[in-house]
Amino acid sequence: MAHFTKANSVGEWFDQRLATTKFMKVMMTEYWIPKDVNFLWAMGVVLAVTFKILIISGIFLMMYYKPDVNLAFDSVNYTIMQEVAYGWLFRHMHAVAASVVFLIIYIHMLTGIYYGSYKKGREMIWISGMLLFVTFSAAGFSGYMLPWGQMSYWAAMVITNLFGGVPLIGDALVVWIRGDFNVADATLTRFFMLHVFLLPIVIIGIIALHFYSLRVPHVNNQEGADIDFDAEAEKYLAGNKKDSKVIPFWPVFLSKDFAVLGVFLIFYFYLVFFHYGFAMDPINFDPADNMVTPPHIYPEWYFLWSYEVLRGFFFDIAGIKAFDLGLAAFGVANVIFFLLPFIDRDPEVLPAHRRPRFNIWFWILIVDLLVLTVYGKLPPTGVNAWVGFFASVTFLVLFIALPFVTKADAKARGAL
Amino acid sequence: MSDNVKRRDFLGYSFAAVAAVGGAASLVAMKQTWDPLPSVLAAGFTEVDLANAKPGTPSTVTWRGKPIFILKKTEAMEQSGRDLVIGSDRFTIAIGLCTHLGCIPAWKETMWKCACHGGEFNASGVNTFGPPPRPLDIPPFSVKGTVIVLGEEGPEYKQMAQA
Repeated sequence: MAHFTKANSVGEWFDQRLATTKFMKVMMTEYWIPKDVNFLWAMGVVLAVTFKILIISGIFLMMYYKPDVNLAFDSVNYTIMQEVAYGWLFRHMHAVAASVVFLIIYIHMLTGIYYGSYKKGREMIWISGMLLFVTFSAAGFSGYMLPWGQMSYWAAMVITNLFGGVPLIGDALVVWIRGDFNVADATLTRFFMLHVFLLPIVIIGIIALHFYSLRVPHVNNQEGADIDFDAEAEKYLAGNKKDSKVIPFWPVFLSKDFAVLGVFLIFYFYLVFFHYGFAMDPINFDPADNMVTPPHIYPEWYFLWSYEVLRGFFFDIAGIKAFDLGLAAFGVANVIFFLLPFIDRDPEVLPAHRRPRFNIWFWILIVDLLVLTVYGKLPPTGVNAWVGFFASVTFLVLFIALPFVTKADAKARGAL
Repeated sequence: MSDNVKRRDFLGYSFAAVAAVGGAASLVAMKQTWDPLPSVLAAGFTEVDLANAKPGTPSTVTWRGKPIFILKKTEAMEQSGRDLVIGSDRFTIAIGLCTHLGCIPAWKETMWKCACHGGEFNASGVNTFGPPPRPLDIPPFSVKGTVIVLGEEGPEYKQMAQA
């Protein structure tokens, strides 16, 4: 047995057994962050806090929610909203946080793209982040089903039918996923399980991986500068804090994060109390009816861009069915961001404003995503269908062009 | 030393074999847990009397939780190999779920239009515009006089399914 001496304080007692001092150093006070960052670097902590809000509000909702097709709608819209004290608050917090979390995820992602924080050793940060985007999307979808309103039902119908596009086993796969010939009780209960147990556990695991993946390559900075973290850390610890290019995660970096977090939380609770309606579709206040499709259905705002890519291809091209084209484009749209570190052929890490061609590419991507989002909400008729088509094609072309665009930048700079 | 390594390898491989068999068996169990329950599979057969159908106006009945469109065609509507002919009347019988992603198309005067992604189907249930990859599916049915039984595969259904 290891040798233990009598501890002189509670802190020391824990330190002997759990190495708390060492742990705090490794995780907090000697985890180094570059000084040259801006408020966009706070989005990670904002996301972590939003996820915590989702878990806590979710726990309270789960105590009254009933995952049964006959009870679900009333358990949400009557029991939680009208009977449970502050039930409305937890529901609105949960719904608004689920929506806002995607806003912050998109800002976080686009920050990474703008500053090139996905390459030269940071590939695993990017890939684990994209895994989080996918699992958050799955959690968003499975949670949207639970109130069992019309939008819940028909979103579930459309999304489960997407699996029908899998070659050969598609139809059987759809029935298997639903546990019934249509979206029914079996479907609701299994998606409830996914939403409240399996997906959160998986998300927590990937968050741990995401944080860990930052450890070796460290956080990027505004200029993409290559920092010798060991040397800069030594300077800081020797008391030369001014010359050092780094600061410790705690207490220096986090204190600034908390300032940004404060602004975010004010914005978030303003939405929760005064503008929760944007996260609560009125159509979802009609109970699910498998005999009536609402006249116009659309996903929540954060899925609109990929939804528009899915339905952008509304006519057959070269003998390939519109359905298969749309599904293929949708599939590509959902995985193409994973490949970003490998299709960016520029060997240097630089912000977009120092990569002129990539800068144009980046802003076209932003505009295209906005167009797809806006038109994803409009009925797919007449000129709207064509705007959707061209915006979808633009999206795909952007990613085909990226290797050439980034290579041209590198050549012009003399880096290749 | 090398004997030890071989023994440890042997133990490792034997455990891997046991774990693989157990893992595969539990995957089968997990897969089947998600299959539709016997009560769902056995869920009934629906009888529909076509005698009172109004020409040109489709009606919707429920079968296995899905909407079934039944349209008695008017003289003006084109004929199709997908029609069910009873006496001198022609009927369109189809599962009322868009073959794109499963929304219920709505009847607009001469055709079914899907609100979700803009697909259109004519009075015979054949896709004429938009993303649907194929005509509306025909549910299995059999004919007894003017009554059809949804869920049973009669000769008329088999013939239509081939058309």
